[in-house]
Order: sequence, then C-alpha cells, then structure tokens
Amino acid sequence: MDTPGGVQAPVCQRCLKRPATVQFSKVVNGEKSERLLCEECAREEGAFHFMLGPVFTVQNVLGGLIGQVPGPVRPSFQERRCPHCGYTYQRFAETGRLGCDRCYETFADQLEPLIRRIQGRASHHGKVPGRAGRAYLRQREIARMKAELKAAVEREEFERAAELRDQIRRLEDELRSSDVGEGGAVR
Amino acid sequence: MSQTGFSRFNQWSHWMEGKGLESDIVLSSRIRLARNLRQLPFPHRLDESQAETTLARLEETLQAIHDRWHLDFYRLAEVSPLERQVLVEKHLVSPQLVQEPVRYQAVAIDPRESISIMINEEDHLRLQVVLPALSLQEAWHVANRVDDALEEHLDFAFDQKWGYLTACPTNLGTGMRASVMVHLPALVLMRQVAQVFTTLSQLGMVARGLYGEGTDALGNIFQISNQVSLGLSEEEFLHNLSVVAQQVVGSERHARQHLAREAGVRLADRVARAYGILTHARILSSDEALRLLSEVKLGADLGIVPALSRASFAQLAVLTQPGFLQLKAGRALNPLERDELRAKLIREQLLGEAA
Repeated sequence: MDTPGGVQAPVCQRCLKRPATVQFSKVVNGEKSERLLCEECAREEGAFHFMLGPVFTVQNVLGGLIGQVPGPVRPSFQERRCPHCGYTYQRFAETGRLGCDRCYETFADQLEPLIRRIQGRASHHGKVPGRAGRAYLRQREIARMKAELKAAVEREEFERAAELRDQIRRLEDELRSSDVGEGGAVR
Repeated sequence: MSQTGFSRFNQWSHWMEGKGLESDIVLSSRIRLARNLRQLPFPHRLDESQAETTLARLEETLQAIHDRWHLDFYRLAEVSPLERQVLVEKHLVSPQLVQEPVRYQAVAIDPRESISIMINEEDHLRLQVVLPALSLQEAWHVANRVDDALEEHLDFAFDQKWGYLTACPTNLGTGMRASVMVHLPALVLMRQVAQVFTTLSQLGMVARGLYGEGTDALGNIFQISNQVSLGLSEEEFLHNLSVVAQQVVGSERHARQHLAREAGVRLADRVARAYGILTHARILSSDEALRLLSEVKLGADLGIVPALSRASFAQLAVLTQPGFLQLKAGRALNPLERDELRAKLIREQLLGEAA
C-alpha cells in the first residue's frame, strides 16, 4: 500500500511518536473514522482483534521479500549507505521505499533479485525520456571510453590514451554544462 | 472557502459523464505515471528547504506549460480540508496525498478535471489522466503528451535498464499504473467475482475497491489495474488491460443475462425494493445509498426500472460521499444531517426536483 505522501515518514496519529504502519478504520455510531497508527497503538485500540497479524500491505509484504535475500548475508550490506542521500538498505526493508534515485545504483546487487521477484523481469521496454535518456547515453559513452583509455595505457599506446583523455574531458564538460543549462535537478 | 459553500472546483468532473464505449459497465479509465526528479531525495526524504525548492520549481514548470495544458496549481496547505476530501472523492487525488501534514504537497488540475498532477505524494510527480468509459488508449495519449511537455522542463530520474526510477520498486519501469473502474453487480450477486479476480491476478492484474488500494468495493465498483510496471512497453500493458477489461465486461453481461433469465421476478423485486427505498427514505448512509444505487443501476440497465436520472451512476456515487455533501451544504454536517441531505438529494435525482 502506498503510505501517505509526506516529507517525513508518517507518524502515529495516536501516540505521535512511533512511525505509523497501520491504516485503522473504525465505525462508531455510523461514523467511520480512519487513522494511521503504529502497531502498538493499533493493538491497544483492538485493531487486530479479528486478524492474525498486521495488515497485509505492499510495504509489509515487500519487507518480507526484502528479508529473504538468497545466499549468505554479508554484514557489510547492512551498513552500506547511499553516498548521495545517506539511506540504508535496512531502512528500505522497513519502509518499502528508497531514499533517492541513486539508491538504485548503490543497492543494485540487492535490488536486482528483488525487482525480478516483484516485477517478473528486470529490464525496461517502455518510454525513454528525451533529455534524461540522452544524458544517459552520453554517460555510457564516457564509461566506454574510460575503459578503452585504461586498456590503451596498459598497452602503452600513450598517443591514443592522450586522445581519449581529451575526448573524455570534452564530453564530461558538455555533460556538466548541459546539467547546469537545463537545470534538471533541484539542489 | 468551501465552508461557505463555494468551491473553485467543478461539481462534476468530465470523467463522470457516463458516455462512451461500454459505459454502462466501465465508469472510467485512468492512467497514472510516476515521475521523479534526478539527483534529489524522494519526497519522504526531502528536507524542508529541498521540499520548498521542489514545490516552487514544479509550480514554475506548470506555469510554463499553462498555455497549452491549463493546469492550475494549488498548494494543499491553501486548499480547505473539506475541498481536499472532495478531491479524493472525485478520484482526482489519492487519499495518501491529502494525509496531514500537507505543507509540501500540491496538485495541478485542468478545467475539465481530466488531468491532475499530484506533487510530493510517494513520488515527486504523479500525473493522472481520467476519462469516461473504456478509453485507456486516449487517456495514455493525453498522459504521454503532458509527460513530454513536463520533460521539456524537468530531468526525470531514469535508468536505461530499470526505466523511470520510483520511490517504491513496485512502480519501476514505465512508472505506469493503468486502471478501469467497473461496476459488476451481477458478478457479485452470482458470487463469481472472486473467481474473476483470481484469474486476473494470474494475468498480472489486480482488482481493488472504489478508492484504490486497501478500500472496500462499495457499490460493487472495482478498479482493475496492471500490477507490474516493468518489462513491457506502455502500449503492451494497455493492450493487455484493455483486453482483460473487455473480458470482465463480457462476463458481467453474461451474468446479467443469466440473472434476468433465471431470477426474473426475484431480481425485479430486489431492484424495485431498492428503488422504493431510494425514492422514499429520509435517512441514507453512504454505504446503503451506494449499495442501493448499484442495484437500481443494474435494474435500469436491464430495463426493469426507469433510467437513473439525468445524473450518471458515477455522479450519483460521488454525490453520496460525505465531503461532497458538506461542500454542497456549505457547512460541516454531523453524520445524521449528512444522511438526511443524502436521502434528499437522491430523491431529487430519481424523482425530479419536485421530490
């Protein structure tokens, strides 16, 4: 289930402390009220009276899926943080949401099998945005040239290496200036 | 503002018109695209200054495309709680968008209320197009063009392998959720609806209640949507959903014919009783009203009772909602007052203004 859009994670509307994880609806005298509660408060309000466990939401189910990453879990996984937004995989497992677009890069190894499980496939075949798509292609070109540069240095083809280095620099400058010019992201 | 009975929004949205392909069963078709800005935390992780900058930037963008798309921008903090509730009841925004706090949330809506853009819901942008009847291709066509227009001003988070990057990986890829709202009273009456939905889930589709995820199927109204968003093109997803929707419509028609043939007088009795209550009751709860309206709509479609009224079933369904009633009354109403006003408005709709 989508959780409420908000700048901060939603907080329990009863204790105003713990994160809200349960959408709780109650009918009193024909008046239906809906609140977002944490699990403790929901239990105190009798939410689980007729249920065996917490509500069945995408977040909860996703949490379960995220938990069962096959193979031995390396402890370093738990501590890795997204260098761009400081998010951890642990937080993702709890909330079902990533911190920023680049978390997909940071946690690619763990996300890949998960995405395969929930989406069935892991490659996009739909619309490609004009500009962001072009930036992507340029980045890919730069990555390719860097690999070629490394190979050239190893083969001691220094003339070729210098040529490549200049081309890479030019492309990177272009990418940077187009970033500023087009003002894509808000910083 | 709405407390005085005035609203800057329309009474009815274009999608409630009730005309078009399979419009007796398919109430509306909806496309929703999730988009995020590059190199920026997702809404739930934005700090205050980033949230404010994002909001201002998106307001500017919508201003820039205003001549073409006429999307008016509203910060939710400046929209009264009652109007926000009505936006949810009219399916123009999700219940999640209006959940407090709403300081950094906004919505942009076109004059026909077919296009709405939710800002800082789970993703930075959620572009939605809703049209009446079975019209998924048309809705996608509009959504795609609005998306192109936005993209001229914004760099969206995108990865060649994973497509549009979204806060939750369940929306990855196309970022698209397409859905049709269908009225399936006969399948429910014949207890076949569960089986239909089990089949849907095997086809990568999901059925939910009237107000989306986690809500009840009030008035036998369901939303059927694609569950998966990655791996196929938008057109392929839409084709699959259209085909499935047509089949669900086919089974509903089949069930209706069967009911009319086999249950003849019992069905007529049930529909006529529902009509009797709706045209005479002085107090109606929203659940009861929707349930009875659904039965009368079925009876009208089968020619057992007169056509509902000039208002469409979708309009009547929205009319039963508490926010809509209070906006109409121009003040906050307690539950009993709402039930009374609801009964009165429905009588007027079914019997004409004189009731």
